[in-house]
Amino acid sequence: MTYLAKPRLHHPTLAKNRVGYTRRDYEGKISTLCAGCGHDSISAAIIQACWELDIEPHRVAKLSGIGCSSKTPDYFLGNSHGFNTVHGRMPSVLTGANLANRELIYLGVSGDGDSASIGLGQFAHVLRRGVNMTYIVENNGVYGLTKGQFSATADKGSKSKRGLANNDTPIDLASLALVMGATYIGRSFSGDKAQLVPLIRGAIAHQGAAVIDVVSPCIAFNNHSGSTKSYDYVREHNEAVNRLDFFPQREEITTEYGEGEVIDVRQHDGSILRLRKLHAEYDPSDRVRAMAYVQEHAARGEVVTGLLYVDNEACDLHQQINTVEHALNTLSAAELCPGSAVLEKINASLR
Amino acid sequence: MRPTDISVPDYFHKVVDCQWACPAHTPVPEYIRLIAAGRYSEAYMVNWVSNVFPGILGRTCDRPCEPACRRGRVEDETPDGHGERKAPVAICRLKRVAADYKEDIRHLLPPPAAQKNGRRIACVGAGPASLTVARDLAPLGYEVVIYDGDALAGGMMRTQIPKFRLPEEVIDEETGYVLDLGVELRGGQYVSSLKNLLGEGYDAIFIGSGAPRGHDLDIPGRKEAAKSIHLGIDWLASVAFGHTTSIGKRVIVLGGGNTAMDCCRSSRRLGGEDVKVIVRSGFEQMKASPWEKEDAMHEGIPILNNLVPKAFTHIGGRLTGATFEKVRAVFDENGRRSLIPTGEPDAHFDCDEVLVAVGQDNSFPWIERDIGIEFDKWGLPKVDEATMQSTVPNVFVGGDAAFGPKNIIWAVAHGHQAAVSIDRMLNGEDIAQRPAPQTSLISQKMGIHQWMYDNAISADRRLRVPLRDLSAALKNIKIEVELGFDPQLAFQEAQRCLNCDVQTVFAAKLCIECDACMDICPMDSISFTVNGDEEDLRQRLSAPALDKSQDLYVSDSLKTGRVMVKDEDVCLHCGLCAERCPTGAWDMQKFLFETTYAGPACRNAGSAPPLPETPPPPAPEQPPKARRKPKPVPARDQQTA
Repeated sequence: MTYLAKPRLHHPTLAKNRVGYTRRDYEGKISTLCAGCGHDSISAAIIQACWELDIEPHRVAKLSGIGCSSKTPDYFLGNSHGFNTVHGRMPSVLTGANLANRELIYLGVSGDGDSASIGLGQFAHVLRRGVNMTYIVENNGVYGLTKGQFSATADKGSKSKRGLANNDTPIDLASLALVMGATYIGRSFSGDKAQLVPLIRGAIAHQGAAVIDVVSPCIAFNNHSGSTKSYDYVREHNEAVNRLDFFPQREEITTEYGEGEVIDVRQHDGSILRLRKLHAEYDPSDRVRAMAYVQEHAARGEVVTGLLYVDNEACDLHQQINTVEHALNTLSAAELCPGSAVLEKINASLR
Repeated sequence: MRPTDISVPDYFHKVVDCQWACPAHTPVPEYIRLIAAGRYSEAYMVNWVSNVFPGILGRTCDRPCEPACRRGRVEDETPDGHGERKAPVAICRLKRVAADYKEDIRHLLPPPAAQKNGRRIACVGAGPASLTVARDLAPLGYEVVIYDGDALAGGMMRTQIPKFRLPEEVIDEETGYVLDLGVELRGGQYVSSLKNLLGEGYDAIFIGSGAPRGHDLDIPGRKEAAKSIHLGIDWLASVAFGHTTSIGKRVIVLGGGNTAMDCCRSSRRLGGEDVKVIVRSGFEQMKASPWEKEDAMHEGIPILNNLVPKAFTHIGGRLTGATFEKVRAVFDENGRRSLIPTGEPDAHFDCDEVLVAVGQDNSFPWIERDIGIEFDKWGLPKVDEATMQSTVPNVFVGGDAAFGPKNIIWAVAHGHQAAVSIDRMLNGEDIAQRPAPQTSLISQKMGIHQWMYDNAISADRRLRVPLRDLSAALKNIKIEVELGFDPQLAFQEAQRCLNCDVQTVFAAKLCIECDACMDICPMDSISFTVNGDEEDLRQRLSAPALDKSQDLYVSDSLKTGRVMVKDEDVCLHCGLCAERCPTGAWDMQKFLFETTYAGPACRNAGSAPPLPETPPPPAPEQPPKARRKPKPVPARDQQTA
């Protein structure tokens, strides 16, 4: 945490992307989170991913609820649209916004309290509806703003800073997302940007409900030796099933890979998710196997990370309910009031 | 790469680019902070200890620090995002602020030695090099005698730098501080024989006689029109002494160095109306400092380039002008320049007088060639670059006399080193062994967001020094043309300093690799990566480290097996890495590098010099001599007296 604004001066080689912005242009206000907070690393990863994807900042809507994690949209994409909702209600507002204007890129940012406790119902429903969005959970297993109580994602048996053990069963948001039908599910760690940035890029390009559960150590209340969400614990127990390289449609793939090491997943928009296998038997296109795999490893105290599941035939809420192609605010009176003849036709069809 | 050893004094010293570039290694950021705090006397003393002539250098220094200044590498766009700019902090003119606004600092100076140590040192020439030797040795008890052909101390600072750049009072004041340490100036005593001087039994002799002879131009018409053609440095000296008070209306100055700039600007003030500088080289290749060229042009003096003087034209010995061949510069693969005639017709420029400022030479007619002083093929005495010792063990050489014409700050640096050599030699110690610098590294942390320095980065552009109105400035050669920064401007300019001496110090064992420092760093200077050799690492950091003259700071291995690598090149020293670090692995620590001067600290034994067995008879109490002009201190000091 700092009071000093980040100086505007930058490295002489700082590059501009195709839409004319430097990475620094995707930053927001100076963070007021604790020094060393994993959430700040996630913000940096989002900034990096948006810059690399050449996204115009005004094409993004970032929505969040309440909590440390939900403060972070203030610290990135300072020139994008934003909405801080009521606690746990970000998915509803995001769904509404998405239905009204399908032309924006939706970024939901939430935490373990906002998504696994007060907003658990909202979390489940936004996924089963298949809203086209990138839903990032900044998961630290603790209520930081209220001084360190266990959250619903804290592992059973893990200890609080004061030494008390957690007796409740944890909610695994990645497993829940698998059950609820999300079509792009990743898990990552705030301390591993090499993994996290491509996952975010892939999620933004994914045309469906994409969830990334990011373990993000709380430096103030959950980075001690009894914690299972600390930097040390996650680094020791991280089982990355694959490494994702994301290639937007226009990018030529130049990297060489050995035979049988990679799986290519072509998404709707033509982009390619290239997965380098780290666990030979892991298949990210098999939802049922993925659930079992994640659960088996969780039982052993391991944190499975990487792209856990992707459905390249995903379809989103707009396709399911057959809405108009464009944002509602661009519809003209003629389209909104097509006339009595059309009304007659509709009425006739209902008779 | 191996982990960086930050205990080597040079490592952090190099990060303080200005101090590293300064021959005297003046702690620049240290005094700039004091200026910002309005503590001018202390800022002056930081300078005085290091460079002896803050008021003089604050007006005339060649400023090797400024091209090195990190500010010039990190600024690249204006706050509105349009246009380029790369401007260092105005270090030199801030130094002048310390001199201008200080209070009476005489009580802060060392007192003359209470007891002489019996050693006698002679200095030849009363310029900056000799005065520095005297300043360093006299307070230790050495009896220092300075000889000079001129009556007053200062050397070229007094004779060659025009008064509109450097007022006489400043020279009087700062040479006075040295002479008041109990140094004897034998003004008007030109040393005509080193052999005789050696015979006078001095324990050591320092030669700081400068480069007193101007190059001449041996071209047709030179002899015939001699009375209207002057050598630049001789003419400047004549102006300085008041012998020359006017010049013709049309003046041509030949040469492209700083002396040429002083000549043309002086001419403008002595009646020259049509003054032009004509140079063989192109504008960019001229030896003059960019700001001196700018100042000359500001005074309405055109600079004509790529013209080689061919002949002086005259009618019966009355100079009418000069003819020039037009050339262009061609550089061969070794970067050597040759001037090729363009074939265009020669150019002729009318004039009444010519000043020749095409370089200067050393001149040692007074050193006998059979007394053991060896000379190199350029006619310069052979001098050791570290010890300043000549081939005669107790004769030392410094300033322009040592390696040819340089500048004041180099002369000061040489003087310090010669003084160390003399002090060690006369204490029976090996002078080849040089004393280590004194360094300290002190945490600047006061609280979570509080540092003992101002870490907010100013977005201001470099400020210009206010000038006197041109018509007033050109009326009188003694009126100083620069007014200097006022305290408000000085504060603003001082705030542009990045405090590069406040170092980012990294403790690998505290690091938890949370990436916070890497994410916040505005300059992408910090990376966490697997180690490699330097070539490889430089390419794959957060931002490529392209400036190989700037070091990489590599940590010990971290928990994940990676290392922290910081590219020192464009670090703003804003301390955000340390503010964001949850474990205190980063800390901002002020690195103070101080050169070790003559005295106990420079000696292995460390003790005070032993008195010789038979102390010489005490010198008779000398009445205070008029060593300098009667107004030794600035007027405001007299008011308080």
